[in-house]
Amino acid sequence: MSSQDIPEENLPAEQEAAHVAVSIADEKDPFADPGLPPHEHRIQDIDERAARRSERMVALLFTVSMLATVGFIAAYVGIPRDKSIFVFPIGHLSALNFTLGLTLGVALFCIGAGAVHWARTLMSDVEIADERHPIEAEPEVRAKVHADFKQGAKESAIGRRKLIRNTMFGALTLVPLSGVILLRDLGPLPGTSLRHTLWSKGKLLVNMNTNQPLRPSDVQVGSLTFAKPEGLEDTDEEFQTEIAKAALMIVRLQPDNIKDKRELEWSHEGIVAYSKICTHVGCPISLYEQQTHHVLCPCHQSTFDLSDGARVIFGPAGHALPQLRIGVNDEGYLQALGDFEEPVGPAFWERG
Amino acid sequence: MSTTTNDESRTRGKAPAGERVADWADGRLGIYSLAKANMRKIFPDHWSFMLGEVSLYSFIIIILTGVYLTLFFHPSMNEVAYHGSYVPLQGQLMSEAFNSTVHISFDVRGGLLVRQIHHWAALIFLAGMFVHMMRVFFTGAFRKPREINWLFGFLLFVLGMFTGFTGYSLPDDLLSGTGVRFMEGAVLSVPIVGTYLSYFLFGGQFPGHDFVARFYSVHILLLPGIMLGLVVGHLILVFYHKHTQFAGPGKSEKNVVGMPLLPVYMAKAGGFFFLVFGAIAAIAAVAQINPIWAIGPYRPDQVSTGAQPDWYMGFSEGLIRFMPGWEVNFWGHTLVLGVFIPLVIFPLVLVAIAVYPFIESWVTGDKSEHHILDRPRNAPTRTGLGVAWMTVYLILLVGGGNDLWATHLHLSINAVTWFVRIFVFVGPVIAFLLTKRICLGLQRRDREKVLHGRETGIIKRLPHGEFIEVHEPLSQEQLHTLTAHHQYEPAEIGPTVDENGVERKVKGSQKLRAKLSDALYGEESQISKPTVDEYKEITSGHGHH
Repeated sequence: MSSQDIPEENLPAEQEAAHVAVSIADEKDPFADPGLPPHEHRIQDIDERAARRSERMVALLFTVSMLATVGFIAAYVGIPRDKSIFVFPIGHLSALNFTLGLTLGVALFCIGAGAVHWARTLMSDVEIADERHPIEAEPEVRAKVHADFKQGAKESAIGRRKLIRNTMFGALTLVPLSGVILLRDLGPLPGTSLRHTLWSKGKLLVNMNTNQPLRPSDVQVGSLTFAKPEGLEDTDEEFQTEIAKAALMIVRLQPDNIKDKRELEWSHEGIVAYSKICTHVGCPISLYEQQTHHVLCPCHQSTFDLSDGARVIFGPAGHALPQLRIGVNDEGYLQALGDFEEPVGPAFWERG
Repeated sequence: MSTTTNDESRTRGKAPAGERVADWADGRLGIYSLAKANMRKIFPDHWSFMLGEVSLYSFIIIILTGVYLTLFFHPSMNEVAYHGSYVPLQGQLMSEAFNSTVHISFDVRGGLLVRQIHHWAALIFLAGMFVHMMRVFFTGAFRKPREINWLFGFLLFVLGMFTGFTGYSLPDDLLSGTGVRFMEGAVLSVPIVGTYLSYFLFGGQFPGHDFVARFYSVHILLLPGIMLGLVVGHLILVFYHKHTQFAGPGKSEKNVVGMPLLPVYMAKAGGFFFLVFGAIAAIAAVAQINPIWAIGPYRPDQVSTGAQPDWYMGFSEGLIRFMPGWEVNFWGHTLVLGVFIPLVIFPLVLVAIAVYPFIESWVTGDKSEHHILDRPRNAPTRTGLGVAWMTVYLILLVGGGNDLWATHLHLSINAVTWFVRIFVFVGPVIAFLLTKRICLGLQRRDREKVLHGRETGIIKRLPHGEFIEVHEPLSQEQLHTLTAHHQYEPAEIGPTVDENGVERKVKGSQKLRAKLSDALYGEESQISKPTVDEYKEITSGHGHH
């Protein structure tokens, strides 16, 4: 770029002298608005060669965009969907996504860059002042509108015939009720469904991973086992809804370590079963610290002490995890001795 | 309108095709009167004015890509086994929604790109609106006549949040399902009607079979429909009010200085659409977002660690995480304050910023139009309040990611949570005081510059040995720019006894208003700008410096 050697004939006849003059403050009011500063020419305004360079640059950008679109089509046709490439420093990427994205990006970006460069270098950059007019109407207009409105209201007689007015308001108020009523069948009423789960007396505890009923010997100290009630299969129609309430976590503690009396009573040989659904807003609890017997909800970090009735020791949960009373059946499998005695999951108004 | 063609150019029948089309359209739509007012409309230039444009263009990009995605997405929660080309998920049970999203990502060529553009554009849309709102707030662009447009913009931001939330919940993946579960827990906490609301929302017990289809219609029809209307209204008002501008030589409340719509602004703004679109496409090419195939389908009994909502929902996550687990049981009922209080504060945080313009205009009692923008320093209390609000927002964002802060910085999760619990109250106070102080300092510096000129950095030694720094007087342009802002006087209640010594009743609202006015414009809250007399007195004595 040699902006220094502008040919003589292209230079403006006289340099803007005003620029220097303005900087001396007005004697009377030095803070007064001096008005728009004089326009300063860009190199493109005075040197046709520079203008032509800009033109070529804009055209080049538009041409690159066209090429990129051709590249996009070629990539769409030519690159297999499952091809992966290594791009430093990002790592392995889908070749198709990478190429389509970049070609589309370049095609779009170059149109934008071309248009902006065109506007900045070749279109007139003389600042223009537009007048503003107050948003408020003139007093006459205001008076006219008010008068018109009063005339219209008077002609309708809405103020005089109050019976019409009042019944109309009544009808208009009531009619949206139909719309509200129609929403009733969005869902059934809660009833007591939040209080019950699939667990009941005699239901075996089935290991979530192996799909086999659990024996006490399957549960070791320090491990965290997830269980579901027997008979619930993940292909069931209502599996998601049932597991959202029935999910269970089982740990084995040393019976001496259990501080809560009821917890000990409801356990079997130190094996305790608690609802896996956090009592805060219902995330499944999944982190177990075997040394302290704490479980942590990974969503909002509510922490429960499994050796002390699963009471809350930190975080936003409001009450302890519900415990499921368990025992073993005649064949030596772990079984539930009833449903949860309180609702599982987040608290609600009717919970009590 | 005359139907005869007595116009010279028309009788010749040789008018260019474009002109003939325009004439045809004008005869039916009256486009010429519209164009007369707008074709050469003036738009001022400032870098911060592009923030709103970023939001507008990303909104358009979201609509374009969103329509494409609807062609392939199945908003259904029917369980199906996966048989697509992504091997690790083979045979796994998942909802049709998840299945079709994986299909878009792996078996539709360019589908992943469009999905990623859609998601990135949504994040940028919300971020753009957030920063644009801050620009409007800190420069006082919300003042009369633009209060309604401020509300339009605010509604767009809030609706954008919910459109985003319903959108990222659609694939029914493990991460978004966890977010939906969080929402269900929050709805359950509402006193009296919570369980009913939840059952109506999910068509029964969570998760049920309905929410994806319902979110789908909310996400692609209801909310974007309202938003489109608001965007159009927002733009019409921008055109109608004409754009604001910063103070400067030749710029006043009565004019707008800049470049005409045709051609400069059209080329710049139109070009900027392509720049934004191109940049987002490039981001979508290299930066993976929401890889649902790696996260897996939703199961209510499974979760991953480090679960995070999209950024704009993060502050609500912070609210729920720092809140202690308060529950009140009485008469067989439970008041779940630990969840319900955050649910109430969530909209209040947003409403606080939305109502500010109305509070300020009530305090100033100013009925005039404002088209010249404030520099943030010249409204120290407003700027301080804005920064305090942002501090609350950012601390809540930290709280929303307390587990990530703890694991990445090797801190205790309890310590991070306690930090949030304390600083959500203390932080904004500190931020307010600091910001106000900085603003006042900057005002003092402006005053100094006006009265004593610019520091040149030239040190001169006087004959008697004293060293002085030469100050150069400012040009009239600079003097005008630095003194153009309006300064309010604090509102006075006036004497509480009248001339007869009878006590006058002063309403509580008047007292409050006077107090607020003093807080906004009292001696503590602004440095009076230099007057012409002060300037003359200092500059008349030469050799003063």
